Amino acid sequence: MKAYETVIGLEVHVELATKSKIFCGCTTQFGGDPNTHVCPVCSGMPGTLPVLNKQVVEFAMAAGLALNCSITQKCKFDRKNYFYPDLPKAYQISQLYLPICRDGGIEIETEAGKKTVRIHEIHMEEDAGKLVHDPWEDCTLVDYNRCGVPLIEIVSEPDMRSAEEVIAYLEKLRLILQYLGVSDCKMQEGSLRADINLSVREVGVPEFGTRTEMKNMNSFKAIGRAIEGERKRQIELLEDGGKVIQETRRWDDNKDTSFAMRSKEDAQDYRYFPEPDLPPIEISDEWLQAVRAHQPELRDEKMLRYEKEFGIPEYDALIITGSKQLADLFEKTVALCQKPKEVSNWLMVETMRLLKEQEMDPEEITFTPAQLAGLIKLVDGNKINRTVAKEVFEKVFKENVDPEAYVEKHGLGLVSDDGVLRSAIRQVIENNPQSVRDYMGGKSRAMGFLVGQAMKEMKGKADPGMVNQIVKEMLDAM
Amino acid sequence: MKITEDTVKYVAALAKLTVSEEEQQKVAEDLDRILDYIETMNGLDTDGVEPMSHVLPMKNVFREDIVTNRDEREQLLRNAPKQKDGSFAVPKTVE
Ligand SMILES: [Zn+2]
Repeated sequence: MKAYETVIGLEVHVELATKSKIFCGCTTQFGGDPNTHVCPVCSGMPGTLPVLNKQVVEFAMAAGLALNCSITQKCKFDRKNYFYPDLPKAYQISQLYLPICRDGGIEIETEAGKKTVRIHEIHMEEDAGKLVHDPWEDCTLVDYNRCGVPLIEIVSEPDMRSAEEVIAYLEKLRLILQYLGVSDCKMQEGSLRADINLSVREVGVPEFGTRTEMKNMNSFKAIGRAIEGERKRQIELLEDGGKVIQETRRWDDNKDTSFAMRSKEDAQDYRYFPEPDLPPIEISDEWLQAVRAHQPELRDEKMLRYEKEFGIPEYDALIITGSKQLADLFEKTVALCQKPKEVSNWLMVETMRLLKEQEMDPEEITFTPAQLAGLIKLVDGNKINRTVAKEVFEKVFKENVDPEAYVEKHGLGLVSDDGVLRSAIRQVIENNPQSVRDYMGGKSRAMGFLVGQAMKEMKGKADPGMVNQIVKEMLDAM
Repeated sequence: MKITEDTVKYVAALAKLTVSEEEQQKVAEDLDRILDYIETMNGLDTDGVEPMSHVLPMKNVFREDIVTNRDEREQLLRNAPKQKDGSFAVPKTVE
C-alpha cells in the first residue's frame, strides 16, 4: 500500500453567548418548550424586519482579534437562499462577500512541536430551527427556539493532518472563546459544532485529493473516530482503483461508519445576494480599539500570572487554566480566602480525583467558591483535621453542602475545649503509669505514646497541637 | 439569447416554481429583455466608484442585547396548517 497523508479543514459553528437573538428580542436560552422563544421576526412572518444585535458584532470582533485575524471594517450581510423547513424565511442571513474577520491563525501543540493552523475567515450568521421526526404521524415537527440564535462560523485552512491535530485545534479554540466570554462552547448543547472537510493524497503529491464533508459533529470522541473512519474509507477506495466523490456524508457513531447523505437533485446553488434588509456595518478605528482594549486575559497570560502572583507551579497553572470553569473557581476562591496554594491543592488533588471518579468535566462542577473557601478556613483555623476535611469536601463536591454547617451538624469539628481535653488527658496519664515513668526516666519517646493515646481517646477529633502542649505541660508538672 | 429554456427550468426549480412548457419560451424572452436593459449600465464609466450594496445612506443600525419578547406560541401557531405538541408539523423531511 502507498503512503497517504490526510488533509483536514474545519468549519466550526459557535453559538454566541448573547442574551437575545441576532435580529430580534427573543431569548437565546437553551431548552424551553418548543416555539416559546419565537416571535414574528425569527419565524419569518411577512412584513417583519431584522435589526442587528450590536453585541454579536462585538463578540465576532473579539473572537477575530483573539484568533489573530484582520477585521473587515466595512462589512455587510448576504442572503443565502434555500428551502428547508428549519429555515422559515427560506433564506439564512449570513456573510459571503465581506466576512467580519479574515486571515488569522492559532498555534497548536502537536507531537512534532508547535504548528500554526490558519483561519481563512469568520462570519456572522443566524442559527436554524430544530426538526424532529414524529414516528406516529410520519411527519416532521419544527421548533424555532434556536432559529435566529447568533452564530459565528470559523473556517480554517486545510492545515490539519490528523485527528490529534484537529482535537488540539478545537480544544484551543474552545478555550479561547470561553475565556473571551463569547460562547459557552457546550458541545452537548450544540453551541460548538464542527463540519469536517477531509481528503487524502499520496505523500509527496502537491495537489489536494477530492474531499468529503461530515457535518455537525458535536463530541471530540465522535470527531476522532469519524476522522479515522473516513480516512480509512477514502484510502481503501483509492487502493481499489476507485475515486472519492465530493459529497456530504453523515457519520454514524454507533455503527462506526459514515453514509452518503442523499444528494439533492440539484447542485447546491444558494444564489447569494446582499441582504437588503440590513444596512452595512462600518467599524471605526475607535470602536475596534475599544474592543481590543477590553479583551480579557487569555490562557497564556493567566498561566504566567498564576506562577508569578500566586507562586503556583507551572504544571498546576497549566491544568487549572485548561478550563475556564476551574480558573474562575480558583480566582474567586482565592479572592475569598487569600490562600492560593491551598485552593490550588484542593483543585489539583481532590477535585481532579472526584472528577475522574464521577467521569465529569470541570464544566459540570457545581460547588461554589464560597464553599471551598469555607472549607479551607475550617482546616486553616484547626477546626477540622485533614482526614475530616477530605470527607467534607466530598460532600461539598457531590451535594454542595455548606462546610461549616455540615461539620457542626455531624460533630466533626476538632475539640478545642481546654477543659474537655485536660480531663481526657488526665485519664490517659493515670491509665499509663509505666509511660509516665519512662518519660521521667528520660525516654522522651514515651510522650509521643501518651499523645497518641489521648488522640485515640478523643477519636481523632482533637487539635493535635493542643494535645501535645497539654500532655507536656502535665508531665512536666508532675 | 442569453437565457435559454434550460436556465428557466433550473431557476424555476431552485425557486420551487412551476413554469409550464408554453410559458418557458415567453419567460426566457422576458428575462432576456430585463438583462439587456440592465446591460446598458455597462456603458457607464464606473472607474473609481465603490460598489454599492444599499441605496439608502444608512449604516450601523443596531439594537442593544436585551430580551424584549415573551412566549407567544399560541398566536404564532394560529396560521399553521398543521401543528402538534406546540410544534409546526410539516411533511416528512428526508433524513
Ligand atoms: Zn424572535
